Formats: sequence, C-alpha cells, structure tokens
Amino acid sequence: MAAIELRRVTKAFANGGLAVEEVTLDVADGELLVILGPSGSGKSTVLRLMAGLEEPTAGQILIGGRDVTGDPPQSRDLAMVFQSYALYPHKTVRENLEFGLRMRRLDAAQVVARVDRTASLLGIDTLLDRKPAQLSGGQRQRVALGRALVREPQAFLLDEPLSNLDPVLRVSTRAELGLLHQRLRTTTVYVTHDQEEAMTLGTRIAVMRDGRLEQLAPPLEVFRRPANVFVARFVGSPAMNVWRCAWTQTADGMRLVSPAFALAAGTVAIPQPPSGQLDVGIRPHDVELTPAGAGDVDGVVEVVERLGSATIVHVQAGGPGAELVRAAIAADVPIAARERVGLRLRPDRLHCFDDRTGQRLS
Amino acid sequence: MRRRAWGWTAVTAALVAALLGPLYWAVLSSLTPEPRLFAAPGLVPRALVLTHYRALFEDHDFWVPVANSLIVAGTTTVVSVVLGALCAYATARLRFRGKAPILAFVLAVSMFPQIAIVSPLYMVLRAAGLLNTYPGLVLPYLSFAMPLTIWLLDGYFRQLPLDLEEAALVDGAGRLRTLKEIVLPLAWPGLATTAILTFLYSWNEFLFALSFTLGPERYTVPVAIALFRGQYQVPWGQILAGAVVATVPVAAVVMVAQRRITAGLTSGAVKG
Repeated sequence: MAAIELRRVTKAFANGGLAVEEVTLDVADGELLVILGPSGSGKSTVLRLMAGLEEPTAGQILIGGRDVTGDPPQSRDLAMVFQSYALYPHKTVRENLEFGLRMRRLDAAQVVARVDRTASLLGIDTLLDRKPAQLSGGQRQRVALGRALVREPQAFLLDEPLSNLDPVLRVSTRAELGLLHQRLRTTTVYVTHDQEEAMTLGTRIAVMRDGRLEQLAPPLEVFRRPANVFVARFVGSPAMNVWRCAWTQTADGMRLVSPAFALAAGTVAIPQPPSGQLDVGIRPHDVELTPAGAGDVDGVVEVVERLGSATIVHVQAGGPGAELVRAAIAADVPIAARERVGLRLRPDRLHCFDDRTGQRLS
Repeated sequence: MRRRAWGWTAVTAALVAALLGPLYWAVLSSLTPEPRLFAAPGLVPRALVLTHYRALFEDHDFWVPVANSLIVAGTTTVVSVVLGALCAYATARLRFRGKAPILAFVLAVSMFPQIAIVSPLYMVLRAAGLLNTYPGLVLPYLSFAMPLTIWLLDGYFRQLPLDLEEAALVDGAGRLRTLKEIVLPLAWPGLATTAILTFLYSWNEFLFALSFTLGPERYTVPVAIALFRGQYQVPWGQILAGAVVATVPVAAVVMVAQRRITAGLTSGAVKG
C-alpha cells in the first residue's frame, strides 16, 4: 500500500487542448479518494495518468514516495477496474484472475491460493470455469473487481466501476465496496460522475471541472462549504439555488437584493463585497415553504415532484424568465401547481460567492 | 411468403450453379478419357478413368511442383503473418512519429504493377544469386503480401477493445506479452483471413514464379500446369487433373482457417 501524489500535473491533447491542467493532489495511504466531475472534466485522465496509461506533459507523479512519472504501467504495481470491466474474453474467470499474478511470476501454488481466497471473498467461486460471455453484468463486475483485488497491489484505481449496473445492484455493490475498503484499507482512487457514490464512499472528494481541481475536501465539507459556485451547483441533489445579488442601501438599512428575494443584510454574516455584487446560493432543503406573504418572497408553484421521501417544489418567484426556485419539503405537505406560496430562506444556510471569480467568500 | 421463399431458393441455386459449375466441369473432365473429351463432352459422367491423374504423377512427377508450391506459399504465409502482425500492432497501437507516412509507403509498395517490376527484380535476384531458389520466390511474394497483411491486421487490431490491452498492461504484462496473450488470441479471425489471402495469392501467383524459376525442379503448380502444353497438343485432361490437385490444398487451408473465423469471439469482454 502506498500514497499517490500528483505535483502540478498537466496533460495536453495532441490538438493543444488541456485534458488536465496543473493538478496537484495527494492520496493518503489507505485513503479512498473519489474524483468527481461531469463528463469531460479530466477525471478519467487523472486516473489514467496515475496508472501510467497516459504520460503527463508536465509535472510529477509519485507512488509511495517514488517518482514514477516516466514508468510504464506494468512497473507501477497498481490494479485498475475499467468502466467496461475489460475482462479477457478468451480466458475463463480463473485465468482472468490469475493473469496479473502470472505476469508477476508468483509461484503456482500461491496463485491458486490467492485466486481461491479472492473468489470466495467476492462469492464468485462457482463461476471460476466460465468465460466472461456466460456471466451477467453484475457477475462481470465482480470478476473485474476480483481481478484487481487478487493482485494485492499498491493501490486500486476504479474508473466508474458501478455505472453499468442497474440501480438496485449499484447501491448494494456500493455499500459492499465501502465495506471492502474498510477491511482492506488499501489506497483507492475512485472516479465517478455520481455524487451519491462520491458522498457515501469517499474519505475525501476531489471535484474536477475542465481539467482543473476545484475542491479537495471530505464529503460533508464539500457539501456544506463548497469552494465555489461550480462545486455548489454540481454537488447536492436537487441542485443548489444560486442568484446574483446586489447590496443596496434602502430606508431600513442594507439589503441583499436579487430578482427572487430581498433579505436584510444584517442576517448574512458576509462583509460587503467591493463590487457591490455577489452570488448567493441556498440548498433546496434550506428553503422553507410558508403561506403567501409570510416568507422572504412570494411565488407561484410551477412544478411539484413527489419523490416519496420528500417533495421537490419548483417556484416561480423572480418574475417570468427567472430561474425557478427549488425547495425540498416534507412529503406529506399538501401542495399543488399554480398555488401561491411564500418562501423563507434560512439565513444561516446561505452560501456567498464572489460574482467574478465564483470563489467562496469567507 | 411462400413465393419469396421460392425466389430465394432459385437465386441461391443459380449462384451455387454458377460458382460450382466450372469446378464440376474440371473434375468431370479430369476423369474423362482423352478421346471422349474431344468427341462428346457432356455434363453427365460416363466411363470415369484415373489415367490423367496417373499420368500427372508418373509421367510429369507432379509431386515436385506441389511440394514447391506448398513450401513457397507456406513460408510466405507464415513469415507474412508473423512479421505483419508485429508491424500492424505497432502501427495500430504504439505512438510514434511518421506513422501515417509509413502506412502510406507500405501501401504504395503494393501499387506497382507486377509486370513493371519483373525485369528489375530479375536483375536483383540474379545479382543476389537467388534465381531458381525458394527465397527467390518468397521474398518477392512477401513484398506484395506484407502490405496487405499489415493493412488488414492494422484495421483488425484497431477495432479490438483498447481497454483489454490497457488492462493487461496494468496487470503487469509488457507490450509483447500483451500481444501474445491478449491481442493475438482475439485477433484469430483477422489472422486467419490474412493467412488465407496470403496463401491464395502465393499459391496462384504465376508471373514471378514463371520468371524466377529456371527448371522443373523449382516450378510451382501454376507454372508446371502452364508448361504441360506441348508443341503439338494440349493435354486438357492432365491440365484439368493438375488444376483439381492444385485446388485441394487451398480448399483445405480455407476450411481449417475458416473454423477460426467464428463471430462473437470478443463478446463478453466489455459491456456491449
């Protein structure tokens, strides 16, 4: 087991575009780091750089303190699980598991012992003589996982390992992965675009966008104190409401004014920004529904989404054309479209961002 | 529905007849006594004899050209597929400068009309002392077979899932191990196809074989058959018997290799 370190790593495409730009990142020994980002954010490229499948244009990659920047994949002793699973179709499950061990010249008795142990750990011991084509999607996923586990490598690299499973299986496998990591404590880097996976599995989350690292923090901190507007909008479901606001002087003091609402500035613990403007966000769960006229702002309910466990209400509050305000409320509250309601924003749950850089204020 | 089924049957029957007709004619004629062949040829076999085959192997020692052809075509096929697979893997997967020009150049080599390079090649082979030898045929054949092999296999390797090779690399296999353990087993259909094409080409090649062999001890099958033609007569029976004999190894190679060309060899590798 080993720590992985990226120092100002840049990867340029042949056409000059940057897949990864100056990413500095450390994965502590035994940690499960989740790299989270939308498609095209460079998260898979970061994983491939660690694996040695791509060579960085600039920067350094260290595994266990050793500089491996120019080393080929076979000398890095990492194991990778591919999104497609990439099982060797002409080999049986047993041969698939054995392959990495044979390549490392382990003696035959040990190979058999380790394959059997891993297979029974994952419950695939009855499948060992089958070919991948004879397996279901979930079984293939397990074999792919087993092929990584059996190697007992320095670290695991998982590239969206659950994205091809059906939702039920995905959730149970996710829990199993978490359990497995708790038991083995092997350094793991996990790439996903699914924030739920990131929140539940990660000891820390690295949020990426356009090849850059936007935030690197434990899951709850990413959720509670997003470093910038992008992270704020990307993490959390339903997505955070964000408005451009102005600090304005009115008769009864400073007010925070947006197309959707106006708040007394005194309730917001933010110094007045130099530009006089800022982006203010609030999570749907921190927006409360009140009778019309009793909240910070009034609006008309446009859409009601009943999820069963909660209800998401989309409210038109800023006049036509403005973004709808999303509020998450208890499932049993009776509400219908076209209803007139008030919205109250919990002032202690506001997130304030610089209007030009998008970075968090305070 | 019924009419369509009949239509298909008719079309299939016509196609099969068109393809197998000449072969049937050749087999039939090779078994018909010479006088009858000229007097009253017919589609229905009557009075079959093996005299042409006997003459072929006893008077003409036809084993020699068959052996020559097998050696030349076999060597060409093996060398071409082995070297071609290595080259094609490099062009398909490795990153290096000038890949496109190299591929274009390889293709350009095979663009020359054979007849245009017979004389220069003859001079080269004479200077190298390779006239009337097996290498003297294998090398020119390779220059035509290799571009085909490289281009076919390059295309075949490219469409194999890249993930599999990357998985093997991360699993600790080097490039050559990956090629041997992962790529080649999966590329069997492509390898079989190129092997068949190369073998067919070398087996049937006539111009080079005629130009670069000097005596019956090095004649290949096509050359030997062509030279049956005497000054005063054309022994059609023997020529056709030779043709039938020449077809057998080709048919055998195709049948063996075809068994490898089964679809779905990569199924189950990656989620489809």
